[in-house]
Amino acid sequence: MSDIRPAGPLDPETQQSEALDQVAPATVPDTAQPGVPPSAQPKTKKKDGKPASLWTDAWYDLRRRPLFIGSAIMIFILVVMAIFPQLFTSVNPYDAATCQLIDARTPPSAGHLFGQDNQGCDVFAKTIYGARVSIMVGVTTMIVTALFGGLLGLIAGFRSGATDVILSRTTEIFFAIPLILGALLILVIFGRGNVWTVMLALSVLAWPMTFRIMRASVITAKNQDYVMAARALGAGAGRIMFRHILPNALAPVIVIAMINLGGFIAAEAALSYLGVGIQSPEISWGLMIADARDRFLEAWHPLIFPSIFLSITVLAFIMLGDAVRDALDPKLR
Amino acid sequence: MAATGERVLEVRDLVKHFPLTQGIVFKRQIGQIKAVDGVSFDLHRGETLGVVGESGCGKSTLAKVLMALERPTSGSVKINGVDMAAAKGGALKRMRRNVQMVMQDPYTSLNPRMTVGDIIGEPYEIHPDVAPRGDRRRKVQELLEVVGLNPDHINRYPHQFSGGQRQRIGIARGLALQPEIIICDEPVSALDVSIQAQVINLLERLQNEFNLAYIFIAHDLSVVRHISDRVAVMYLGKLVELGKDTEIYDKPAHPYTQALLSAVPVPDPEGREQRERIILQGDPPSPANPPSGCRFRTRCWKAQEICAKEEPLLEIRAGTAHESACHFAESQDIVHA
Repeated sequence: MSDIRPAGPLDPETQQSEALDQVAPATVPDTAQPGVPPSAQPKTKKKDGKPASLWTDAWYDLRRRPLFIGSAIMIFILVVMAIFPQLFTSVNPYDAATCQLIDARTPPSAGHLFGQDNQGCDVFAKTIYGARVSIMVGVTTMIVTALFGGLLGLIAGFRSGATDVILSRTTEIFFAIPLILGALLILVIFGRGNVWTVMLALSVLAWPMTFRIMRASVITAKNQDYVMAARALGAGAGRIMFRHILPNALAPVIVIAMINLGGFIAAEAALSYLGVGIQSPEISWGLMIADARDRFLEAWHPLIFPSIFLSITVLAFIMLGDAVRDALDPKLR
Repeated sequence: MAATGERVLEVRDLVKHFPLTQGIVFKRQIGQIKAVDGVSFDLHRGETLGVVGESGCGKSTLAKVLMALERPTSGSVKINGVDMAAAKGGALKRMRRNVQMVMQDPYTSLNPRMTVGDIIGEPYEIHPDVAPRGDRRRKVQELLEVVGLNPDHINRYPHQFSGGQRQRIGIARGLALQPEIIICDEPVSALDVSIQAQVINLLERLQNEFNLAYIFIAHDLSVVRHISDRVAVMYLGKLVELGKDTEIYDKPAHPYTQALLSAVPVPDPEGREQRERIILQGDPPSPANPPSGCRFRTRCWKAQEICAKEEPLLEIRAGTAHESACHFAESQDIVHA
């Protein structure tokens, strides 16, 4: 107490009690009731009385959403599948000896759950191993675009003026190129496609989406009163950007990144299907679908099973993004 | 609330013009908004200066310029004799310790992602030499207590508090650096009337305790009268009248002040029907193209030829005890008439 006062002639204790006496009648209806435990007060949902931040509130909300639980379980299984495919199948589809050409296009049976494809390889094992490429391309592209687009968006929104004009116009050039068509062109230039060139092609073309979302939410956050209060305290640009603006601008970027992730997985499959993405002998769902399409009327199973996995994966990420968006939006609570 | 003490703030001929531009790539200046146009006043230690005026008269721009959030076009803002408007970098940052702000809307002035402890402790992080690191938490709790909040709520987030409590948090943040001047930009206009009184009482108590000087901006005349030692009336970027609260309220000399006071609602139904209301014609002129001479002449019932030609200066005029900017200044009791 005493050191907050420029010149405190009185004993700090007496003055403090005086101060409290003065303020006591005024604060009774205003301050939180001391008798009520914090957990019973509105908006503090956690039982242990810890403060509820936006993220803890969102987490509380998410755990009760079937949409989130379902998509999270799906994504967990897919990620495990991508990292440890041998947990799900004993057959290694990269080993040519596992393929029996004589059994080509055999329908599903007890030995081959999803049947065998044109080369006589096990479709189940290939589908399991195909998850790796999809998840890798999706997650890496999402991280690269979120970081790159997000950082540029933060700078453009915060600096405004000439920096913003230059960055925004550059973004618009990239924004005008359709994702699949542009990626097709880039991959044709590279020649033989692989996981890395697909990621690069998608990242180069997809960052403007995150850029725009980030720039817009930074501009909204920048004009808030608490940013002005921080400037009045003498806070520097770094503190204002990373303590005040970024945490308040991040939520929509995270949501759009998750929804985009599903789109990247679909785009990878499309590029592989078109023959410019992942190349054989690498395994990818898009490639499997492409291989199976000519003989679809004779054998449906090599096409249908990877297609189902692809759809479920894309759907799971989009649903997860949706659930997170709803949980982060306080108006929907 | 004795207004005796040395001068802590000295504002001289403060001007803030915002350029009006046209075109997107090649911006051309086609004019300027004269938001604040030649304002001068002093503020003494422990004193409250109320600033009143209608919307758009430049009150909030004045506050921003005084906080050095906007650079003035010209003029000086001297704090303890040092010009803040000319200060830069580290010197400006040090000067900011002396002037802090309480904002209008308690719902947007606190970062929703920071705990109360972080919000009130942020001034110490920005100015680390004010309080050593280990001491900060205790200081924040003391500040919470000073503004009448429970110090145990240090880890809570702003959305867990009511509007009045949030405004107390904002006041605690303003007090953290032990400033001499606090600029209150409509600190109670977003609050319920019952909570307004609590916050006003808190501000008055803090003023007595820490010998603070306030600039209290508001459009509620009764609130300003309650808290102010002196009152400045603003119209279209200029001060039109400046004096002690009793002088302004009981003996207003400028026609604009008289019109403002006649609009104060009277809670007593007895006799209020007979009270003379001065109803001004028209809207305030555009601050981009203010009238020549006296800016109020276009709406003034006393306007003569001289008002268009000669700008009335803010000075003590015959028949009045305080400063007013009107060629025909004349004391008139509006409130009690």
